[in-house]
Amino acid sequence: MRDARSAEDNAQKGEGFCTSPETFEKFLSEHYDRIFAYAWRVLGNHADAEDLTQEVCLALPRKLAGYRGDCAPTTWLYRIVSNAAIDMLRRNAAAGRSKGAWADSLALAAADGQKRTRDSQWLSQAMSALPEDLRVTAALLVDREMSQAEAAQALDVAPGTIAWRMSEIKKRLKAVAKEECHD
Amino acid sequence: MTDQGEDIFEMLSEALVETTPKPDPARRTANIAQATAVFSQSHQETGEAVRPMDKKAGRTRSAVSERIAFMTRKAKYLLAGSTALVTSFAALVLVVNQSDLMTQSAGETVFTSPEVSAPSTVDALSDAQSPAAEIAAQPAPLTAKREAVAPQAKIAAPPAVMSDVSGASGVVAPQALETFMASAPDAIAPQVQNNDRFDGKDLNSVKSVSEEPVSTFSIDVDTASWSFARRMIQSGQKPSPEMVRIEEMVNYFDYGYIAPADDAADPFATHVSVFDAPWHDGKQLVRIGIQGQEPAVEDRPPLDLAFLIDTSGSMNSPDKLGLLKQSFMLMLDQLRPEDRVGIVTYAGSAGVVLEMTGASDADDIEDALQRLAAGGSTAGAAGLRAAYDLIGDAKEEGRIGRVILATDGDFNVGISSTEELKTFIEGKRDEGAYLSVMGFGRGNYNDALMQTLAQNGNGQAAYIDTLSEARKVLVEQLSGALFPIANDVKIQVEFNPDTVAEYRLIGYETRALKREDFNNDKIDAGEIGAGHQVTALYEITPVGSDAREINPLRYGEEASESADATRGMTSELGYVNLRYKEPGESKSKLIGTPITAGSGTADTDASFAAAIAGFGQLLKDDRYLGDWSYDDAAALASTSMGNDPFGYRHEAVQLIHLMGSLDR
Repeated sequence: MRDARSAEDNAQKGEGFCTSPETFEKFLSEHYDRIFAYAWRVLGNHADAEDLTQEVCLALPRKLAGYRGDCAPTTWLYRIVSNAAIDMLRRNAAAGRSKGAWADSLALAAADGQKRTRDSQWLSQAMSALPEDLRVTAALLVDREMSQAEAAQALDVAPGTIAWRMSEIKKRLKAVAKEECHD
Repeated sequence: MTDQGEDIFEMLSEALVETTPKPDPARRTANIAQATAVFSQSHQETGEAVRPMDKKAGRTRSAVSERIAFMTRKAKYLLAGSTALVTSFAALVLVVNQSDLMTQSAGETVFTSPEVSAPSTVDALSDAQSPAAEIAAQPAPLTAKREAVAPQAKIAAPPAVMSDVSGASGVVAPQALETFMASAPDAIAPQVQNNDRFDGKDLNSVKSVSEEPVSTFSIDVDTASWSFARRMIQSGQKPSPEMVRIEEMVNYFDYGYIAPADDAADPFATHVSVFDAPWHDGKQLVRIGIQGQEPAVEDRPPLDLAFLIDTSGSMNSPDKLGLLKQSFMLMLDQLRPEDRVGIVTYAGSAGVVLEMTGASDADDIEDALQRLAAGGSTAGAAGLRAAYDLIGDAKEEGRIGRVILATDGDFNVGISSTEELKTFIEGKRDEGAYLSVMGFGRGNYNDALMQTLAQNGNGQAAYIDTLSEARKVLVEQLSGALFPIANDVKIQVEFNPDTVAEYRLIGYETRALKREDFNNDKIDAGEIGAGHQVTALYEITPVGSDAREINPLRYGEEASESADATRGMTSELGYVNLRYKEPGESKSKLIGTPITAGSGTADTDASFAAAIAGFGQLLKDDRYLGDWSYDDAAALASTSMGNDPFGYRHEAVQLIHLMGSLDR
C-alpha cells in the first residue's frame, strides 16, 4: 500500500497521473497506438509488436508502483516499453528467431507495385543493419514526438550518448544505401 | 539512395512511419480493459503483485455463487462434445449482455483479468473490416458438417443456465462467461502470423534388408501432432510438413488391442499383423501394436500432481488459459481422495499458488484454478523448479509424482538454452518424477520444445484445442498418463532377408535409436502408462515382389535366389524385440514376438491405422504413395470405422475430406 501511495504522491507533480482506474484507462488509451507503433518499429513484425504491447499493458499496473516521478509519465512509459522490447529482441535472438521484416503485410499487398516493394526492402535492410541500442534510439525518434533529451531519459543514457547514436545510425544507413547502389 | 547528411535519417523516418501498421482494434480494446481491471484490483488491494491472490478473496464467494459454479460445471459437460461454431454464436449473444454488466460494475468489482477479453470478441465480429473478423470467419466451410456432429439441442440448454447466472452476481458472471468463451475457441483464434515452432525431420527412407536388417526406435505415446494438424486444417490451412509426426497421428486412435491378463508376466501385450499396403500393389504393412495393462483405478498408487501453469500474457485467451482451467477441472473429478494436487504458476516470477492439497478438498483446488490470471512474461525454468520442489520425494512415500505443465510453449525468461532445461528435467526423471506437457493455443506454440521436455521427462505431450480433446487426454487417458507401467520402452525389429527385401518405418523419425542403443539400459526411451496403446507400422516389400525400390546387388548374397530353398525353413518375415523397464527398475527386460506372414489380415482397426498413416504421409511427404490421394485415404478410413463410441474416427474422415478440398 505504501509503495502505491508514494508513487501516486510523486505522480501528483505530473497531472494526477493514473490515480484511479479511469485516469489509468485514459492514459493507456492515449498511448496505446504509440506503444504499438514503437514496438513494431523496434521488432519489425506485427505479431511480436502485438504481444509486446499486451505484455506492457498488463505489466503497467504493477510497474506504476515503481514510478518515482523523476521524469514525465510518457518518458517513464517509453522506458518500460524500451526495456521490454530489448528483452524480446534478445529472447528472439537466443531462440534463433530473427523475424523483423519491417513490412506491413496488408499494406504491401495493396501497394502500388514495385516501388513500394523496393522501398520496403530498403527499410528492412536498413533496420536490420542497426544493432539493438541504435534501433531503439531510431525507433524512438522517428516520429518526432520526443526530443533527444527525453529519449536519453527514456533509454536511461546520457544525452551525449543519443547524439553519438544518431551519428552512428546515419553512418550505418549510408553504408546500407551505398551497398544497394552497388547492387 | 545517394542522399547525404541529415536526409538519410529523414528517409528512414518517413519510410518507417509510413509503413507502421495499426494495432489490432480487438486486441487494443481487450488489452486496455484487462490492464484497467488489473489496475483496479491492485489499486484496491495493495500495490503489490496481483497474481498470487490470497485465499480470502476466493472465500468471499457466497453459497449462491458456489451453486452457480456447480451448475456451470455441469454445463461444461454438456458442451464437452461440441465446439461447433453454433456454440460460439450462442455465446456471443450472451457476451454482449455480460460485457454491459461488467462495465457497470467495473468500478467496484474485483473480477480478475482473463474474462475481460470478452469485449474483444464482440468487436472482432462486429467490425467486419478488422483482420481478426476475417480470420474468425474462416472455418466456415466446416460449419455445415459440424452442425451434424453437434446437435443443436445440446447447445440450447446452457444459455438458459447462463441467463440465470447473469442476474445473480456480477462476480460470478465472468467466470460463467468464460466457460462459454472457451468452448468456442475456433471462432476466436485471431492469429494471422504463425510463430509456432516445430522440429521437423524427413520421412524415414526405404532400407534394404540385406544391408540394414535391423531397425530400432523408441516408442512414442504422444498425440499432439494429430490435434495440432486438426486445428490447422479446420482453420483452412494445410499443416506444414515438419509439424506432422505420423506416429502421433496413428496413435491418437484406439485400435482395440486385447490387454494382457492381470497375472501376465509382462505388463503389456504385443500384437503383430501383416496385410497389403493400401497405396502400393506388391507391398505390405506390418503393424506392431502394444497394449498396456489396465490395472483397476483403485489399485494404483496415490498421485502427487503439480500443475505448472503458464500465466504469461500470451496465455490470456479463452482457448488457452480459459480452456486450461476447464480441462483441469474435468480432471479433478477423476482423482481419488488420497491424491494430492498443487499449483505453481510462472509469469515474470514463479510462485506457488496452491500447496499440495488433498483431492478431497476440491473446492480449494477449484478456487485456486479460477483465480489464475494471465499477465507478464514467462519464467519457465524457475516455475519448473518450483513444481518439482512441490512434489518433492513422492517416490519415497510410495506415491507417483508428476508435473503437468500447461503452456502455449514459450519458456522465455531465465533460461536460454533448451539443452540446459533438458538436463534439468533428465535429472528429475532419474529421481523418479514424471513430466507431462499439455500444449494450448496457436500462433506461438513451440512444439519442438514441448517434445523435448516430454521426451526427456518420461512423459507425454498432448495438444489441447477443444474441451473434447481435453476430455480425451485428461479423463479417458488419465489413469494411463499419470500411472506409468513401463519405462524406456524400445522396439527393435530384425527382418528376415529371405522373405523381406525392403522395409520402411512409417513415422517415428524423431525417435530413431542406434542399433546398439537397444541393449544399452542407459539410453532413455518412451514410457507406457496404464492402458496406453502404441502402434508402429512398417511398409515391407517381400522378396520376389516387383515393387522394390532398391535394385538387388548383382554380387550380393541375395542374387542367388536358390539359397531360399535351403535357408527358407521359416516363413517368418522378421522378429520384434521389445525392451522395457518396470517403473523404478534400472535393468530392462526383453520380450520377443515373431512376425509371421499371414499372421493377420487387415481388420477394420488395421485398415483405419493404415488410412491415418497414409493421410499423415500425404501431409508430410507423399513420395512413397504414388497417386494415392486424400480421397483414397478418406474412403479407406470410412470403410473401417469399426467401434467408434466417441466419434473420433468419424471426425477423422471429415478432416481428411476437408483437407482434400483444401488441397484442390
